[in-house]
Amino acid sequence: MAKWFETHLPKIVLAPSFIAILIFVYGFIAWTAWVSLTRSRLLPKYQIEGFIQYERLFDSPRWDTAMNNLYIFGGLFIGVSMILGLILAILLDQQIRVEGAIRTIYLYPMALSMIVTGTAWKWILNPGLGLEAMVKGWGYENFTFDWLVNPDMAIYTVVLAAIWQSSGFVMALFLAGLRSVDTEIIRAAQIDGIPTWRVYVSIIIPSMAPIFLSAFIVLAHLAIKAFDLVIALTGGGPGYATDLPATYMYAMAFSRGDIGQAAASAMIMMLVVFAIVVPYLYSELRARND
Amino acid sequence: MTDVSATPATVASERPRGRSFGKIALRWLLYIVLGLFALYYLMPLFVMVTTSLKSLEEIRTGDLLSLPRELTFDAWRTAWSEACTGIQCEGVKPYFWNSVMLAVPAVLISTLLGAMNGYVIAQWRFRGANIIFALMLFGCFIPFQVVLLPMARMLGIMGIAGTIPGLIFVHVIYGLGFTTLFFRNYYVTIPVELVKAAKVDGAGFVRIFFAIFLPLSIPIIVVSVIWQFTQIWNDFLFGVSFSQAGTQPVTVALNNIVNSTTGVKEYNVDMAAAIIAALPTLLVYIVAGKYFIRGLTAGSVKG
Repeated sequence: MAKWFETHLPKIVLAPSFIAILIFVYGFIAWTAWVSLTRSRLLPKYQIEGFIQYERLFDSPRWDTAMNNLYIFGGLFIGVSMILGLILAILLDQQIRVEGAIRTIYLYPMALSMIVTGTAWKWILNPGLGLEAMVKGWGYENFTFDWLVNPDMAIYTVVLAAIWQSSGFVMALFLAGLRSVDTEIIRAAQIDGIPTWRVYVSIIIPSMAPIFLSAFIVLAHLAIKAFDLVIALTGGGPGYATDLPATYMYAMAFSRGDIGQAAASAMIMMLVVFAIVVPYLYSELRARND
Repeated sequence: MTDVSATPATVASERPRGRSFGKIALRWLLYIVLGLFALYYLMPLFVMVTTSLKSLEEIRTGDLLSLPRELTFDAWRTAWSEACTGIQCEGVKPYFWNSVMLAVPAVLISTLLGAMNGYVIAQWRFRGANIIFALMLFGCFIPFQVVLLPMARMLGIMGIAGTIPGLIFVHVIYGLGFTTLFFRNYYVTIPVELVKAAKVDGAGFVRIFFAIFLPLSIPIIVVSVIWQFTQIWNDFLFGVSFSQAGTQPVTVALNNIVNSTTGVKEYNVDMAAAIIAALPTLLVYIVAGKYFIRGLTAGSVKG
């Protein structure tokens, strides 16, 4: 008996976590998927009725806005963060004397809660008292910068704050990548008299392709999950102009009492994440098992 | 990260051409650009601090970037113990302590479980261990919206809905994937011969873990603790979904203060409350930034 216990102890130790993950991740996903196929409103119903919730979802102008916002927000956030991160990493890779301090400054926003970031930017972008008022105070009376309260522009304030928060992190990823490039090749290229910028464009950056992929995955994941920042910065408004799928789901689940819609929108969010993450995880795990 | 001597810039500057005027100018430009970016990242923090130290009167008349003419800490006192989060007006203090009481056990439990899981998966391989790891890892990536509804019901069934233990439970469950990943990747680099030798000497599963592996694990424990602490302290989604009046974490309280519509808008109080909510993770970052970055990049950079 004691022998059996000792040989199976590793499995016994792992079992609670594994069972917890099975129930609270996979079981819960199954529950949400099930409910998304029913007519649940305030309370869940378990009789499957087909794709009626998804039809309602795709007919809803609010969901339409949320998805459009996700494209705008996701595209700009990922694109600009990557470009900015790469530029900063290359600039910092030039034997900068105070590199450590600069890196610390560029990266600290990542330690902040999105709620804090949203609160800070909400104040900075406040048209009456923030940046706009400051520039007006300098004598440019016609200056307007009212993105925060302008339904057409409000989503860009979310982009602005999110880039501020995450670009330092992308910089750190790229910097680690730059430092891991095979130095022999670089030295050889330099002996051949190839200018530094060409070494970057033709040798270093192409060899960092896996890091671009990692950065993309992490940022895409952040974009799809974006919730707190919108809540703190715009509250999803004006109206629902800055709704994202995550805020739509939350509104349906907890303030509209429409569980069916909440479940369906959550499932769509998960499908988007699946489409991005699964191929990546698959290739990662395969590479590591070799 | 240590081998900076071979970056292109070094090799370039070693070329016999010497330091021409153009080179020095370029160098200056580089520092100016880096400095401007540093200002960009620091600006919101600067604005938060200065705004929190101004009186409302000065905020209305002065401008965003100016230093306070008269330092006042009233806003800090109000934010800490008087500001209204809805109908209650006790400041962020009780919620700050909620966050502490929530984060400390959740961080410790999830790190300990992650260490044991990682130890089993990396060193006591059995059939199916890799599939279990893949399933756990995948749990890191799901958007939590997909588990919010069933979790709300489950917490109700378990009788811990709206309580701090309930939130601890949620954070432990959804932190497991990451902590297991950290420790598994760390332990996988330790040769299996170590366990074999210890087994020959008669040590069992538990002793090998506590006597050999845990003492080797200090760096990864620090990474895991910092990662989990930052995640849990900064969490808003679980906090706002699974808490009720009185058990909310500090991020939820901050959002309620900023967006409460009663009374005069006190921007200086908002900023002071935001800084208070940010201080713990900011301190951790300043003290142990190296480990913070390691946690961030774990899994996203190969090797």
